[in-house]
Amino acid sequence: MTEANIAKKNSGTLVKDEPVQYVNELTTLNLGPTHPATHGIFQNVLTMDGEKIIAGEQTVGYIHRAFEKIAERRPFYQITTLTDRMNYCSSPINNMGWHMTVEKLLGVEVPKRAQYIRVIMMELARIADHIICNGILGVDTGAFTGFLYIYEYREKIYEIYEEMCGARLTTNMGRVGGMERDLSKEAIRKINEFLTTFPPIYREFQRLFNRNRIFMDRTVGVGAISAERAMSYGFTGPNLRAAGVDYDVRVMNPYSSYEDFEFDIPVGQHGDTYDRFMVRDEEIWQSLRIIEQALKNLPEGPHYADAPEYYLPPKQEVYRSMEALIYHFKIVMGEIDAPVGEVYHAVEGGNGELGFYLISDGGRTPYRLHFRRPCFIYYQAYPEMCVGSTISDAIVTMSSLNVIAGELDA
Amino acid sequence: MLNNQSVAEEIVKKFGDDVYDFEEPFGLLTLTTTREQIIPMLEYLKNHSEFKIGFLTDITGVHFPDTTPATEYCVVYHLHSFIHNFRVRIKVFLAEADLHIPTASEVYASANWMERETFDFFGIIFDGHPNLIRILNMEEMDYHPMRREYPLEDATREDKIDALFGR
Repeated sequence: MTEANIAKKNSGTLVKDEPVQYVNELTTLNLGPTHPATHGIFQNVLTMDGEKIIAGEQTVGYIHRAFEKIAERRPFYQITTLTDRMNYCSSPINNMGWHMTVEKLLGVEVPKRAQYIRVIMMELARIADHIICNGILGVDTGAFTGFLYIYEYREKIYEIYEEMCGARLTTNMGRVGGMERDLSKEAIRKINEFLTTFPPIYREFQRLFNRNRIFMDRTVGVGAISAERAMSYGFTGPNLRAAGVDYDVRVMNPYSSYEDFEFDIPVGQHGDTYDRFMVRDEEIWQSLRIIEQALKNLPEGPHYADAPEYYLPPKQEVYRSMEALIYHFKIVMGEIDAPVGEVYHAVEGGNGELGFYLISDGGRTPYRLHFRRPCFIYYQAYPEMCVGSTISDAIVTMSSLNVIAGELDA
Repeated sequence: MLNNQSVAEEIVKKFGDDVYDFEEPFGLLTLTTTREQIIPMLEYLKNHSEFKIGFLTDITGVHFPDTTPATEYCVVYHLHSFIHNFRVRIKVFLAEADLHIPTASEVYASANWMERETFDFFGIIFDGHPNLIRILNMEEMDYHPMRREYPLEDATREDKIDALFGR
């Protein structure tokens, strides 16, 4: 029944002594913009029939910060700070993705050691991202404990970031041409400590959730999407893999030496909330596997490429040698022109294919930079996924999609 | 495995003079077509028995104010075939006086918001789009901010001299 029909039935002129007939009324419910269950600032206007959702419409853009416009005015190395603020749950992946895009344009070959360090950092970021998504999914189904158990280990990951780059959330990690510093002894110790202490805690989390009757009742078959619809809606990453499509950029177009590592791509079957949870769950183990291999086989050598025009020289050199001082000045003042070119580079972000489409006209800044943000593209499927379900199902569906407002709005 | 050469030849065989400017920047097959042929081409690549280029990675716009009036705006489509791991980039150039292009949202559901974003930032009108309104900027805005004529900073400011900042 459409809204107009119901309105007509309800507003019929009342005749005296005749009982009033109430036809089920439709309610409009604003879920958001600042609702705790949306985990970010975006609004969903849901049309409800009792507790059932019959239509949904989203309003996004509340934290749009015009990154693409700002990027047209900034030298390449200053754009890294913009990428941090997109998917802030896994900012190192965004940073590295951007560096690799620029390196592709410049034709800079990064040494193996730097590539391996990048892989370690990106996989740690993926674990942090999935910890948040799966932990919060637990919170949204009413289980707070598991979230607190593993959230502590997100802190440990942030401490490793801190050791690598001094920052925790918006990391600005790495540089065009490599990493800004080598893995320190302390960083290696912290990573090793994480690799030994995290798995037992995570196993405990798995025991709390994976076969939990209540959790399964809340998530199995909820917010399901078929592989075909998911592809049509541009799903990528864990959400697409949960629907049964084994697309992973790390395997399909390996970057940063991902081809050197042995890991599996978990794939779901039904594309529902439970499958998304389980795919992320298994990806955490696979990321741990990759980190272990990368640490074990960490190659010797420099941690940055020999590209003095683009990679900031070491600080002590700047004080001693003329060339280093000149390059330092030129890079900081953004006086180095990039070659003309058109690049599309994609990395596997926490939520899927994070793409950078860069057009350079030979100037100091990009002519045009477009971010392919996975969240933005797959979030439009949300109404289709929750129509027909109840409001509580809609909440867990949104939670399992892991929509990050910063990435959505750029 | 598909290669750029074979795909380009097939496309030329099908679309003839409506496809031109073939390029391979960084190995990615790039071609230009007309707005009349863009939807048939997306459908052709999607339904082709061998190519199966059935994933729309991205739609975006670019503004080139310094070129000829007929090619001032560009809509860029990135497509991907998961089966063959093959990517292709299709460009359609538009004139500022006539910024119309048919919508791809019938072919790919994901095109809906990508086209709204492109409309929002460049003012390119996607004919037949179910809900072509602004998406990231506010409704009241009366210009399209990603066009090159809108500078990021106020151009009349005198306290910041470009030369001092290496610009």
